[in-house]
Amino acid sequence: MVSTMTVGERQMALGLCVLVALCGLFMAVAGRNDLMGPQGVVVLLAGILGAIVVLRRLDAPEPGPERLASYYDEPIKFGIVAAMVWAIIGMLVGDWVAWLLAFPRLTFADVPWASFGRLRPIHTTGIIFGFGGNALIATSMHVMQRTSRARLPDQLSPWFVLAGYNLFCVLAVSGYLIGVTQSKEYAEPEWYADIWLVIVWVTYFILYLRTLARRREPHIYVANWYFLAFILVVAMLHIVNNLALPVSLSSAKSYSLFSGVQDAMVQWWYGHNAVAFFLTAGFLGMLYYYLPKRAGRPIYSYRMSIIGFWGITFFYVWVGSHHLHYTALPQWVQTLGMTFSVMLLVPSWIAAANALLTLNGAWHKVRDDATLRFMMVAAVFYGLSTFEGSFLAIQPVNALSHYTDWTIAHVHAGTLGWNAMIIFGAIYYLVPQLWKRPSMYSPRLVEVHFWFAIAGTVIYVFAMWNSGITQGLMWRTYNDSGTLAYSFVDSLLAMHPYYIARAFGGLLFLIGTAVGCYNIWMTTRTAPAARIAPAGQVPDMPSAPVVAGE
Amino acid sequence: MMGLEHNLMLGFAKSWGLFYLIALALGVVVYTFWPGNRKRFERARTSIMNDESGPWA
Amino acid sequence: MFNSHYQLERYSIGLAVAIIVVASIGGLVEIGPLFTIQQTVEAAPGMRVYTPLELAGRNIYMREGCYACHSQMIRTLSDEVERYGPYSLAVESQYDHPMLWGSKRTGPDLARVGDKYSDQWQVAHLTDPRAVVPESIMPGYAFLERTSLRTDDLPSNLAALKALGVPYSDEMVHNATTDAYGQSAPDSTEAQGVKARYGDATAVRSFDGNAGVVTEMDALVAYLQVLGKLTDVAHAEPQLQGDAQ
Ligand code: HEM
Ligand code: HEM
Repeated sequence: MVSTMTVGERQMALGLCVLVALCGLFMAVAGRNDLMGPQGVVVLLAGILGAIVVLRRLDAPEPGPERLASYYDEPIKFGIVAAMVWAIIGMLVGDWVAWLLAFPRLTFADVPWASFGRLRPIHTTGIIFGFGGNALIATSMHVMQRTSRARLPDQLSPWFVLAGYNLFCVLAVSGYLIGVTQSKEYAEPEWYADIWLVIVWVTYFILYLRTLARRREPHIYVANWYFLAFILVVAMLHIVNNLALPVSLSSAKSYSLFSGVQDAMVQWWYGHNAVAFFLTAGFLGMLYYYLPKRAGRPIYSYRMSIIGFWGITFFYVWVGSHHLHYTALPQWVQTLGMTFSVMLLVPSWIAAANALLTLNGAWHKVRDDATLRFMMVAAVFYGLSTFEGSFLAIQPVNALSHYTDWTIAHVHAGTLGWNAMIIFGAIYYLVPQLWKRPSMYSPRLVEVHFWFAIAGTVIYVFAMWNSGITQGLMWRTYNDSGTLAYSFVDSLLAMHPYYIARAFGGLLFLIGTAVGCYNIWMTTRTAPAARIAPAGQVPDMPSAPVVAGE
Repeated sequence: MMGLEHNLMLGFAKSWGLFYLIALALGVVVYTFWPGNRKRFERARTSIMNDESGPWA
Repeated sequence: MFNSHYQLERYSIGLAVAIIVVASIGGLVEIGPLFTIQQTVEAAPGMRVYTPLELAGRNIYMREGCYACHSQMIRTLSDEVERYGPYSLAVESQYDHPMLWGSKRTGPDLARVGDKYSDQWQVAHLTDPRAVVPESIMPGYAFLERTSLRTDDLPSNLAALKALGVPYSDEMVHNATTDAYGQSAPDSTEAQGVKARYGDATAVRSFDGNAGVVTEMDALVAYLQVLGKLTDVAHAEPQLQGDAQ
């Protein structure tokens, strides 16, 4: 990685690493009596590690000007590997906490870090930000270069974005283990990590604009619109929701600027738009690029993609209050959130339909090519989970579903079925291309991964639908004498079999991911020329040449 | 007196939101179907299909 | 054939600005008015703030991720009111930075759990939930009783909250460390100041049954025992049954 930078860039990288290490040192010393201390050590080590990596290659020969004639794909490879590492961490912890809910005695030690409450945010952060975020950054760098026909403007800032972002994730996850958290869902990291993320994110945004400014295509391809919306709106949400007053500069603890109802509304304005712009907009960017590429057919309707884009950008920001139905939030805000949630179905389904219609005439490829099938299934689950979401946002439905496992079913239909599937599809498309291999090491194993993933998702989601609806109904059932029929513990017992089924489904999904990692690893290890696709096999091609205007 | 400001903000939020929504929808539809944009969209749609040759100098 | 660089940049920045404008309106409309909401919601004149010990307990509640399984928001639905008590009012969490309403009930709602069980029950339950409720799936927190509470940073914690508008007096901030000790050591001299500062209804007792040291268990139980008790407006207000709005 370092050898692809110019000497000037290497020196700057070294300077940045030293700066990070110094910040870490300051945190470690100033916060030595506080949880800030260990967090400072993490930062310090990250800075030192970075410096070592740069130093070892400081004197390597400079890349020549011929580099400018190709895309800069080194950081993208790093992002993909990081995404897969986080996928394993996040899913492993996810499945572990799933087993804990089924068999709580599995909590192996009477130590704080082993209990469900501290592990669960590791799952959510690790999987959303670690797995999803790295995949988003990597694919966005790939898409922006291709669609702009322009190389990234320099060799340093992409590395800064990726390394800095992963430092944020590591800080967050290691923080939860020792008890550092703001307790805001999906925004648990404390103030210093939040500030660091802002710096990284602004660099990312500027990198995007600089690449677009170098583009040779007059029109910005729509996938970039989605990525841009993802970057911009996430920045806005992150900054507002994390406004907080630290107890002191040497303390890891801070207090949110907002309290009570205001805080609830800000939090779910953030929370739902994290879904909208992290888990949806950026992923639609992926869908709008990789699905047409893999299918070898341009997107069905470019106009639909534009209308869908503005619809999603506009409607999503209104719907946060559907997380607060029947609470102390004023009724008019709840109604607004419900109304817009239902309207949101229109642009969502426009996007899903556009993807599926693109496949018209290419269904034989979907049948034969597991990579394209990952993308197709993702589009289907996107359609399903947005339909379910709009349904759950209707007040009387939410009265039943809220607080229950139905929400968990909805979450994982979206994240497993849509986010993870499209990521896997994109990665199987990218890996042979970036590592310049004719195909994945084993197309059969891609197929195996696909079936593990789909089986795991279906088992998980059905188990949680059952348990959620059962739970919701039991809580509100009255007996003839007009009192509640079930105690809370009764509902808990009813959940037990479903929790086991969910943990089993999650295990299947995790196994599939591990198979994927093995396949990717082997692909990168086989020599470029060593593998020639056996005759008669599905061509696992990096990109299909296609007649323009098809 | 009490609640005046709140009601004002509410009224503003409720009434202008609708106009804003309609204006925005119109704007997007006009942009999308503007005849002059047709060629650009078609080009963008198909040009991603062969973009692996590297950056254009 | 292609536009100049200058125009290209204007185009992408224009797109960025359009995205920000379109995406911020909804948030502004929904969140803006909430900052004037104090004018319209119920008032709770006698509402007290968390004592330093309770605040420390609240921070432990957050640190251990209790909010991931327990809500603190009783909705305006008749079965919830019947199961958990009067529905939650906005004013009840006015001093909560951040709120802990939660979004999942793996365990029951805790908004009104204060004084529902004895201290002994709470300690036994936290130490080993299944010793008290055999079917429970909650993790145990026995280590809390072994861990002495950090109190030296409580004044700065209260000061931060004061800066954010929570009505702590200078005296409360100043005495936070000793008040935390006093609240869990009823016979000590430090105990007297607590009731003076936080009101006679404040529970001053050894929550974990060991008056010698203030442990994290003391703090967490003190917090749990005050949930829903900072004000009684929710009990005073005539609450509608059913889908009250
Ligand atoms: C191996 C697969 C997975 C398993 C076994 C799993 C398991 C779990 C479990 C047990 C919970 C806690 C539920 C509760 O508190 O009742 C959870 C929550 C969550 N998971 Fe997963 N998960 C998996 C994959 C994923 C993926 C791939 C994503 C995202 C890309 C994800 C996102 C989330 C989110 C956002 C929550 C929080 C839901 C909420 O608070 O409403 N999970 N998961
Ligand atoms: C039209 C689109 C969608 C709508 C209207 C929608 C609506 C909802 C609703 C009503 C809830 C339940 C809130 C509650 O009762 O607590 C929810 C929760 C959630 N949804 Fe969606 N949803 C949509 C799409 C998606 C997609 C595509 C994903 C994932 C990729 C997703 C991820 C989540 C997550 C993570 C939560 C859990 C939040 C939490 O409580 O921690 N949603 N959504």
